[in-house]
Amino acid sequence: MERIYARTETLQQDKVSGFCPGCMHGTVIKLIGEVMEELEIVDKTVSVEGVGCCGLLMDYTDYDTTTAPHGRACAVATGLKRANPETIVYTYQGDGDLAAIGLGETMSAANRGENFTVIFVNNGIYGMTGGQLAPTTLVGMKAATAPKGRDPKEHGYPMHMCEILGQLKAPVYLERCSCNTPQNVIKTKKAIKKAFRNQIDGKGFSMVEIVTSCPTNWGMDPLGALDFLEEKMLVEFPLGVYRDRTKEV
Amino acid sequence: MARVLMKGCEAIAEAAVRAGCRFFAGYPITPQNEIPEYLSRRLPEVGGIFVQGESEIASINMVYGAGQTGTRSLTSSSSTGVSLYSEGVSFCASARIPIVYVNVARGGPGIGAIQPSQQDYLQAAKASGNGGFQMLVFAPSTVQEAADMTYRAFDCADRDRNPVLILADGVIGTIMEPVELPPMKSEEEVAANKKSKRSWACVGHKLGREHRSWIEPGSFDTTNLQQRNEEAAKMYETWTPEWEAYQVDDAEVVLTGYGISARIAKAVVDELRLEGKKAGLIRPITVNPFPYEAYEHIDYSCCKGILDVEMAIPALMIHDVKAGVKERASIDTCLCSGGNIMRKKAVMDAAGKILER
Amino acid sequence: METNLLAAGFGGQGVMTLGKFLASAACDAAEKHVTFFPSYGAEQRGGTANCYVVISDKEVGAPIGDEMDDLIAMNQPSLDRFLDRLKPGGTLYLNSSIVGEDIARKDIQIVKAPVTDLALKLGSAKVLNIIMLGVYIGCSGVLDPQVVWSTIEHKFASKPKLLPLNRKAFEEGLEIGRKNRT
Repeated sequence: MERIYARTETLQQDKVSGFCPGCMHGTVIKLIGEVMEELEIVDKTVSVEGVGCCGLLMDYTDYDTTTAPHGRACAVATGLKRANPETIVYTYQGDGDLAAIGLGETMSAANRGENFTVIFVNNGIYGMTGGQLAPTTLVGMKAATAPKGRDPKEHGYPMHMCEILGQLKAPVYLERCSCNTPQNVIKTKKAIKKAFRNQIDGKGFSMVEIVTSCPTNWGMDPLGALDFLEEKMLVEFPLGVYRDRTKEV
Repeated sequence: MARVLMKGCEAIAEAAVRAGCRFFAGYPITPQNEIPEYLSRRLPEVGGIFVQGESEIASINMVYGAGQTGTRSLTSSSSTGVSLYSEGVSFCASARIPIVYVNVARGGPGIGAIQPSQQDYLQAAKASGNGGFQMLVFAPSTVQEAADMTYRAFDCADRDRNPVLILADGVIGTIMEPVELPPMKSEEEVAANKKSKRSWACVGHKLGREHRSWIEPGSFDTTNLQQRNEEAAKMYETWTPEWEAYQVDDAEVVLTGYGISARIAKAVVDELRLEGKKAGLIRPITVNPFPYEAYEHIDYSCCKGILDVEMAIPALMIHDVKAGVKERASIDTCLCSGGNIMRKKAVMDAAGKILER
Repeated sequence: METNLLAAGFGGQGVMTLGKFLASAACDAAEKHVTFFPSYGAEQRGGTANCYVVISDKEVGAPIGDEMDDLIAMNQPSLDRFLDRLKPGGTLYLNSSIVGEDIARKDIQIVKAPVTDLALKLGSAKVLNIIMLGVYIGCSGVLDPQVVWSTIEHKFASKPKLLPLNRKAFEEGLEIGRKNRT
C-alpha cells in the first residue's frame, strides 16, 4: 500500500502526542518540520523554546533545541544567531511568553531587525499553568485569574502583536494565520516557509502569529473551541499580512 | 611585555578579547560602562559581536544564547543590574553553559550609590540565582589581577561548563594602573576552542537523539534532574580555593578582606610592620570556594585577634571568616558601606586597638 | 617613597587630564608604581571634578589616601572642600588667578601659580592644566620632567599643532615650580 501521510523526520518517531485533544501545537510543530525538510535546513536549525506548552516542543522533535527563560526567547535567539550566523534559528513562543513577560525582548529584537524567525502561537490563555489571564485573552472571556471574565476597566484590552510590531520599521514580514481549517493550515505553512526563507536569505526579522485554540482551558470540547476560534478569536485577531518587505530588502 | 596604563574596566575588557571572547552583550550602568564602551570598539576589530541589550535581563540571555554556540561570551554589570542576571546565570549553571560575567560592585541595597562597595558578597559567593548552584568567583585587588583573572576565567568556564564571576568593585573598575596584558590568542586558537565544543553546542546537528544538541536548563524527569545536580556537585568538589597569606606566621593581629579592602589592609600591614608591630593579612582570591584552610596558618598562641575589613555594613564575609577561625581568636570588624571607600587610617586604628590587648 | 596627590577643580579645567598625564608619565618611568582614581559623579558637566594619583617606589596600597601629601586646587570650592585633607607639612598648589590667597593653615607649604591668567596670556585657556602639571613636577620633583614631557608629546601625537603651545605651557609651569622648590 502506498503511504501518503506520515510524520516528518523531524519528529521523534516513537513518541505519542501528549497534547490535549483539539490542541493545535502538534499541527504547528509538524508544519515547521515540513518546512525545514523542504528547505533542507534540518541539520542546521535550532529552535528556541519559550516556557509553557511551547516548552514541550523538545519532547517531540529530533533536532537541536534550547530552552529560554520565560519570555527571553528573542534575547537567547539574538545571542545564538549573532554568535553563529550560519545556524537557522527560530523561537517558538506562546502569548504569555511573547507578549507579556517577554514583550520587551520581542519588541527590541524586532526593532533591531534580528535575522531569525518567530513562531508565535496565540491561544488567548495561559495553557500549562492552568488557564490564567493572558495579554491576548478576549474581553469577557473567563480565566482562572479573571473569574468574571476580562474586564477592560481592570485588565485593559487584548494585545495585537502583529499590529504592534507593524509600527516598527525594521521587521520584514509579519503575518497572522490560523490552523482552524485545512485551507488555513496550508496558508500557515506557506507563511512559515516564507519566514524561514527570509532568514536563509538574510533579510531580517519575520514573525508568523498563529491563532489557535485551547479547548482545555477555554472549557470547551474541540469542536466548540473551533467555533469559538472562528466566531470570536478571528474577529479580535483578523488574519492577514501585516508587513511584507520581503521583495524590498 | 610592556606595561600600559589602563583603567580596570578596560583591562578586563581587553583581557577578555585576548582570551578569545568574541561575544558581549550588556546594558549601561555606572561604574562599569567602560567595559561595554571599550568592547563596542574592540570586538568588531577581531570579528567579534557586541550587542547593547535592552536590559540586563536581555543581555544575560543573549550571552546564554551565544555561549550555547561555543563562542566565548561575556557580560558585565554592577550590583543592582547583576540582580537582574540571577535567572539567566541560574539557567547557564543548570544547562551547563560556560559564560563569564563581571560585577563592578557599587553601593547598595536597591539602586544604592554609584560609588564602590563590597555589599554583594553573599549574592556573589553563595546564591547568584535560584537552585543552589555554585560558581568560581574571583575577587581581584589590582588592575593586573582583574586582567589575569578575566583571562583565566574563560578557561575555567570551558573546563567546568559553568558560569564564572569576576567580583570587582568601583575602585578596581575605575582606577588606572600599569598592567601587563596577557597574550592575544590567535584566530586559529579561538576557532579551535569553539570547535572543541561542537558536539554539545546548539548550532544544528544530524537528526536523532544521539546526535542532536539539547540545551536543558531543567527537566520534567526529577530523577534525571537530581542526577545532573549530583554531577554538578562533584564538579564543584574539584575546585581549589586560592588565597594570599602575607606576614601571617608570627602575626599578633591578622587582617582579612578581599578585593580593594584587602589591598588597603595590606598597606596597613606594611605600615604596622615598619613600626615593629606584628601584623599580617589573609586575602581570599577566590571568594567561592572560600579558603577556610588559610586561617589554619595563623599561630593562635600569639594572635590577639582577627580584623575583618569589608566595605559592607553589616559585614558579610565575616560568616566565612568565623567558619575558618573556629573561635580560636576573637574577630573585630572595620567596615564602611553605601559607596564610601575604606580609609587606611580607620584600618590602622582598628588594628592598633587589637594590638593593645 | 610614596606620594599622594589630590587634584581638584571645575569640570572643564582639565584636572582629570592632568592626573591621567601624570599617571601615564609615572607608568612610562619604568621604576615607578602608580594608581589614578577619578571621582565619578552623576553630573557629566559643570560639577567639580577630582582625582587621586599615588606614585610609589613599590606596589601602591591604598589608591585613595586619607591624608594627602599634595593638593592641587584649581578653584575655591575645591580648596574649601579638601584643604583639611592635606597633611601637616604637605604642599598646596593653588590656582591663584581665581582662588583667594588668604589660607587659614600655616602648617603647609603653599605654591601659588596664576595658571588661568598665564594660560590666557599664552593664547588658550585650555592649557591651564598643563601649566599646573609643570608647576607640580617642577616643585615636587616626583618625576623627571623629561619623562613627563615625552608622555605629553605622545598624548598629542595625533594633534602635533598643539605641541608648541603645550611645550610653552609646561615649561612656564616648571619654572614656577622650580622657584618654589625648598
